[in-house]
This record gives sequence, C-alpha cells and structure tokens, in this order.
Amino acid sequence: MKLIGSTLALALAGVLGAGVAQAEQITGAGATFPAPVYSAWGEAAKAAAGIELNYQAIGSGAGQTQILNRTVDFGASDAPMAPEKLESGKLLQFPSVMGAEVAIVNLPGIKPGELKLTGELLAEIYLGKITKWNDPQLVELNRGLALPGIAIAPVYRADGSGTTYVWTSYLSAVSPDWKSVVGAATSVKWPAGNGAKGNDGVAATVRQVKGAIGYVEFAFAAKNGLTYSQLRNKAGVFVQPTLETFSAAAGNGDWAGAKNYAVSLIDTQGEKSWPIVSATFIELPKDPKDAARSAAVMKFFDWAYKDGAQIASGLQYVPLPTAVQDAVRSSWRSEIKAPDGAAIYK
Amino acid sequence: MFVLILLGAIIISLLVGGWPTLRAFGLAFVTSTDWDPVQEVFGAAVPVYGTIVTSVLALLMAVPLAFGIAFYLTELAPPLVRRPIGTAIELLAAVPSIIYGMWGFFVVVPFMAEYVQPHIIDTLDGTPLLQDLFAGPPFGTGIFTAALILAVMVVPFVAATMRDVFQTVPAVYKESAYGVGCTTWEVMRSVVIPYTRSSVVGGIMLGLGRALGETMAVTFVIGNSNRISGNLFGSGNTIASLVALEFGESEAGSLKLSSLLALGFILFVISFIVLAISRLLLREVKA
Repeated sequence: MKLIGSTLALALAGVLGAGVAQAEQITGAGATFPAPVYSAWGEAAKAAAGIELNYQAIGSGAGQTQILNRTVDFGASDAPMAPEKLESGKLLQFPSVMGAEVAIVNLPGIKPGELKLTGELLAEIYLGKITKWNDPQLVELNRGLALPGIAIAPVYRADGSGTTYVWTSYLSAVSPDWKSVVGAATSVKWPAGNGAKGNDGVAATVRQVKGAIGYVEFAFAAKNGLTYSQLRNKAGVFVQPTLETFSAAAGNGDWAGAKNYAVSLIDTQGEKSWPIVSATFIELPKDPKDAARSAAVMKFFDWAYKDGAQIASGLQYVPLPTAVQDAVRSSWRSEIKAPDGAAIYK
Repeated sequence: MFVLILLGAIIISLLVGGWPTLRAFGLAFVTSTDWDPVQEVFGAAVPVYGTIVTSVLALLMAVPLAFGIAFYLTELAPPLVRRPIGTAIELLAAVPSIIYGMWGFFVVVPFMAEYVQPHIIDTLDGTPLLQDLFAGPPFGTGIFTAALILAVMVVPFVAATMRDVFQTVPAVYKESAYGVGCTTWEVMRSVVIPYTRSSVVGGIMLGLGRALGETMAVTFVIGNSNRISGNLFGSGNTIASLVALEFGESEAGSLKLSSLLALGFILFVISFIVLAISRLLLREVKA
C-alpha cells in the first residue's frame, strides 16, 4: 500500500512538474477538418512561440457551444457562425486556414486526375438522376476513357460535418435543382446513396465498392492515394486539384465584401480556380475574461500566419492570402478589448 | 432507491431536452419519415424502424444458434471440451463493439457485397415476396448485414445465460426422464426447457437490450441513410447510430439537438416496453 502511495505521489509530481514548464496554455475546441494542421502548429509553436495549444476536435457545432459558454479560449468551426449568434455571443470570427475538397471514385482502370466531372453532373449523381457510369453525359465529357456500364454508388458523410456543408454548398451553387430539393448544411436529407462515418469511412467505402463516388478533403485523398477527378470551374476550364488551383480560388474570393470574413470560396471566378475551396474559422470572445490567454491565442495565430504556412502546405492546407492576414490582425486590434477598453493585441 | 432517482432523472432530462421537438411536431415526430436538417423537419420513423428491424432480425438469427450452443454444451459435449468452448463463448461477449464494427466493415461487408448478396438476389429472383425482401444494390452494407453483426454480438450473451440455466435443472428430473426411455432431445424439450423457460426468456431479452442500444458496430455497416427501403439489403439507420453521428455537429438550442434527445427518449421507451413484455411473459410462465 505504502509503495503504491509513494509511486502515485511520484507520478503526480511528474505531472505537476511537466505543467510548470514555461509555456502559455491555450485551449480550443471545434472543427475536425483543420484539426491535423492545428495540432501540427501546436507542436511547432510550443518551441517557436512558447504557447501550448490544447485543441479538442469535437465538431463545429459542439465547438460553437463551448465558446458561447466560454469553457474554452477559442472555438473553431468550418461553417461560418450566423451573424446574430456572433453578435449576441460577443464573438469575433476570423479564418485560420483553407482547404479543398475533391470527388473520389472507384472505377477500374482509371487513374487519379483522369476522370472529368462537372458540378452539375455531380449534383445529378447525388440526386440519383444519373445512375450508370456509361451515362451519355459522362461519356461525352470523357471521350478518351472507357467508362464501364456499372451502377454509380454515391457515398456521403453520415455524421454531421463541415465537409458535407462545403460539398452541399458547392452542389447548391451550381445546381438549382439541388438547391431547391436538398440545400446546404452540415447534414442533409440525401436523396440517394449510402452514408459512411468520417473521411476515412467514406474513403474506405469508395475503395471497397466498385462504381462508388464520394467526397473527401484533398489532404485526405492525397495522403491515401485515392482516385480523385478533375472538375470544371466557373470559367469553364477543367482543373486538377493542386495547391496552385486552391490558392488561385482563395485569391479570387471576395474577402473585402464578406462580413465576419464569412467569404464563400465556392465556385469562384478565374481560369485557374479549383471550385470547391473553403476557409475554416476561429471564434474568439471580444470581451475576454482572461486577457492574457486571449493575447496568447492571437499570438498563436499570428505565429501560424507568419511561420505556419509551410506546415499547412505540407499537410495540403492552403495558407491565407497576406492581405487577409493583415485584415485579421487589424480586426484583433480594433475589436478585442480588455475590461478597461484597451486593445489586447499590439 | 438511488438507481430509481437516477433513472427518473435521465428520463426527465431527455424529455425536457426533447420537448421543443415533441411540441413542434407532436405525434407526427414518431410517424414521419422525414429527416431534413436543412428545412428543420425531423421525424423518427426511419431510425425507429431500423432499430426494431435490426434487433428482431438479429434475435431471429441468434436465438436458434445460441440454443444449439447451450444444448451442445450441457447435454452433448464431452466434458473435456465443455470448459474451453464455454470460455471461448464468454470471451466473445467481452470483445468491444468497435472491434465487431471494424471486422464487419472490413471483412463481412466486402464478403457480403462480393459473394452473398448477388447470389441471394439472383437465386430468389422470380420468387414472389422473397424477391422483394432480398432486393437492392449489393453494397454489402445495410439492414441485413447490421442484423448479422448484431446476431454475432448477441449470441454469447444468450448462449451463456441459456447454458447456465440449463445446468440448474436438477439431475433427478433428467435422470428420471432418461429412465423412462426419453431421447436426449425429448429430455431437452419436455424437461429442461419447461423448467427453465422464464430464465431463457430473460436471457433473450438481455440480448435484445444489447441489440437495441448497440451503436458503433451498427454505424459501420448499416449504410446510414434515412430511408425505409422495405428490403433487407437496403441501407437504413438506427436511433443509437443516428444520435452518435449527428450529435457533434448539432448546435446548442437547435431543433436538431432537441430531436436527437427526443430520439433518445424514444429508445428509452422502447427498451422499457421490451422489459415490460419480458416481465409479462415471465409472469405468465410462473402462473
């Protein structure tokens, strides 16, 4: 018994000792999509900026709840929060990083980047209107490819997710039918297909079922060698999913005109734009209880903007344009105030 | 007493949380098949249907198998193998459900899609009723696969209970039956089963309880679509898996969150009804 007691005491001392290390602690909770890049930034920032990030990827909705209740230092969500909610919750919203989504398919003999698709056809497929891979419209687009006459099996995210929000926003943007029948949300009423849990669930199902089509974050498709397709953008050009086309889309977004930075990067203008790009957001209290922690959060993201771009690109995320970063910094300066009215971010 | 208070508190908190939904949709919440988060229209019929169908199907598959196992272990098996097989069955019960889910997804689903489903569909094509029951695209996932996985999870519970209660039959009864010339099967049917009926029903209900509430394993293999397809290979949904999938992205105070809590309440009621029925059955047996 005594032995156990002293072991416990030792272990406790070890834990406490680790906590004493000279790093500022910040906590955040929310979106799962940017979780890999946040954790990579957190690792790097510990040494580089002296900030230790504890991020819980519990889902955008849950993250919004947590920050409204002020149980964490910042919330993170994929879909921008409703303006009224930001207002009533006294929150400042800003983008942290961007990502892109791709359509993935399982078709024998077809390699990544070969298949050409358009948003309209994707909407028809997910509406259950196009059901065979040798549908004339698909054959027309892909003259050089031998499309098999097998059934199309659409796969979607069964769990509510920001990925689904972005995907359905895209389908709504390009297809009036989709917009009126289904709409855009973190989970929708799917007219056709099967659901799978998480990016990995969708990827695994697509890999198992011949003729399946699904949608995942590009980072995920790239890492797992999945067969992604080309997409036609608003300018009518077929583009490959690359960091270059993602950045082009980000550059063509209307950042200045968007309130709360809730910019839409879906189906943007420009010949090089990848059509399905989205930003993910951070919500920070405008009236922080603990000014030091709020300052640490801003210091963390300031560092991430400046020095975290490499890490983000390495994970196939798209860093924000510099102009947007500067706009966010000036928002921090003007909006986030200590109780005495002084700006916390300098 | 404490347990009662806790139970009451859980029911009340689910009811309070689900109240906005129940008020908004009334009874239609239970009968509507709509689940449209965009229009904020929610109905529980699909997950309720999926929950009940998968659980009942699972029991249909599991009970005969479990009975066979228990019969073999108590009457037929040589004493030397009883212990290892009995232990193996109990170990099955201890496997975490996520493991069953992964096994189901990576092993059973491809197998079903590749071999089982196409064959069944082809064989039954042309047979009235059955061809409708076993129809649908051979995805591998769906109600049938979910029920199969649930059956595998439920078997050890039911089998272990049955074996234990079969062993409680006094040897005198069985010996005297054998003495008048009964076969092993006759002893089982006329002596052991009547003697243990109530406990056997209890064991089956225990299995049903597990099947009703199972979340992860079902989520992996059921296909997660909010439609009642009417055939066994179609995909569906259960209450537990829908709640688990949607909870993370439901905003506080939204109608969706309230609907999920109301679903939890319905699951509670279903479990309660199951328990009540089993109680009723047991009482009839005793009388």
